[in-house]
Amino acid sequence: MADSVWGPASAASSPSSNSPSLRHPALVRITHWLITVSFLALLLTGIEILISHPRFYWGETGNDLSRPLFVIPIPASRDLVPTGYGYTLPDQNGWSRYLHFEAAWLAVLTGLLYLTYGLVSGHFRRNLAPSRGDLSPGGIWNVIRGHLRLGSRADDGVYNVLQRLVYLCVIFILFPLVIWTGLAMSLAFDSAFPAAVALLGGQQSARTLHLLVSAALVMFLFVHIVMVCISGFRGRLRAMITGRGRSETEGA
Amino acid sequence: MNRISRRKLITTALVSAGGAAGLGASGIIARRRGLIPPDAGGIWGPGETLTYAAQRLLTQHSLAREFTRAQISKPPFANEVYPLGDQFKKLQDASFIDWRLAVDGMVGNPTSFSLSDLHGMPMRSHITILACEEGWSYIAEWIGVPLSHVLHLAETLPQACYVVYRSFQDPDWWESIDMADALHPQTLLTLGMNSSELPVPFGGPLRMRVPRQLGYKSVKYITRLTVTDSLKQFGKGLGSSSPEAGYAWYAGI
Repeated sequence: MADSVWGPASAASSPSSNSPSLRHPALVRITHWLITVSFLALLLTGIEILISHPRFYWGETGNDLSRPLFVIPIPASRDLVPTGYGYTLPDQNGWSRYLHFEAAWLAVLTGLLYLTYGLVSGHFRRNLAPSRGDLSPGGIWNVIRGHLRLGSRADDGVYNVLQRLVYLCVIFILFPLVIWTGLAMSLAFDSAFPAAVALLGGQQSARTLHLLVSAALVMFLFVHIVMVCISGFRGRLRAMITGRGRSETEGA
Repeated sequence: MNRISRRKLITTALVSAGGAAGLGASGIIARRRGLIPPDAGGIWGPGETLTYAAQRLLTQHSLAREFTRAQISKPPFANEVYPLGDQFKKLQDASFIDWRLAVDGMVGNPTSFSLSDLHGMPMRSHITILACEEGWSYIAEWIGVPLSHVLHLAETLPQACYVVYRSFQDPDWWESIDMADALHPQTLLTLGMNSSELPVPFGGPLRMRVPRQLGYKSVKYITRLTVTDSLKQFGKGLGSSSPEAGYAWYAGI
């Protein structure tokens, strides 16, 4: 149990101000950056794979002859796709698929390491699970009001209820979903776990959901970076690299 | 150096040594069990090996999902085909009567079959998804001779590990699969589609169908099977022309 690395665990904690406090445990920092690298690789290669067929369907199958659910209005990297553009982008699918799956393995293995650590060390229970009081509408509203004011907030080295809910959603809902929908596109996975594909509505539904969940993760990444910038980019970055941060610069 | 950092150093060293030993041991076991794909060298090797090994362990005998006749895609989508050339045209004009499928390599009985030989063999059909690595897919009924039956007739030797298959298609397009897929009951030398002959745009007269992998493993216009225990001596030794063009040899995902 490593209570000390995060400072006092209770919500009423108030570490001595302006003193460098050890914020993020080493394992959280390492897995944070491994996930960052693999997520960026997955995002880049995911976009490359998408542009070979920017049409999305619902159900088991879909192709140029079937009605799409929606079409992303971009040119494609294959010339049979009817995009309305008169040209074809260079095909990058080969290395994109290799890197997509290699990065996915890195993300999954890192995620498992983080999950194990989070459960064993009490990181989830202590730092991410919201208290019952925080979950009241008033408690959540207080945090939102604080964010809207963008003013200086007292930072006590503890995640607020919104942060806790968003991180929990990313860790326990979006990441498992993006892995599930990704695997459901695999023909071999489908043969071994057909129910996992049928439950999503079919292989093409899985592909569409994979895109939507990825978009949600990108939105999280965007908000995350904006919050880091607002609360002092350098300080936050230092805290996630060295583990130490000054409490006066913290707050998101 | 204080006590804590020394303890940290020793722990880190022990964990790293343990990890390295574990990796080495699992590498040896994986090689022995045939879980290393032929394109495992290079920067994509670790990911490819993990994918192939994990999927091979999970899907050794699993069957591709089969659909109902009502779910067949109408019309099916025929992907682009490179120009097939005059020789193909000549064979096509003669209704493929001279089309031969050669079987050689590690077999006790190197042989070749005409299409009518194949038509005389036990047939099987399945209604499965053909999915392209680009993202599109369709469902069709595929009718053909299980590859395992032809391998059996040619008396495939027990040390066989892979089946290499070649195509009439230009440029020289060849693929290979491991024995788990080669002997899999749904892997067909396909002669028919949706209750009729396999049309040329879909790979007629003879197409390999490997339903648990992406479409590029289901090569059209098959002319030759070569059974082997190693893929090293074929092409650049990466397993098929796909890795030579930058695509993964194993296409289960």
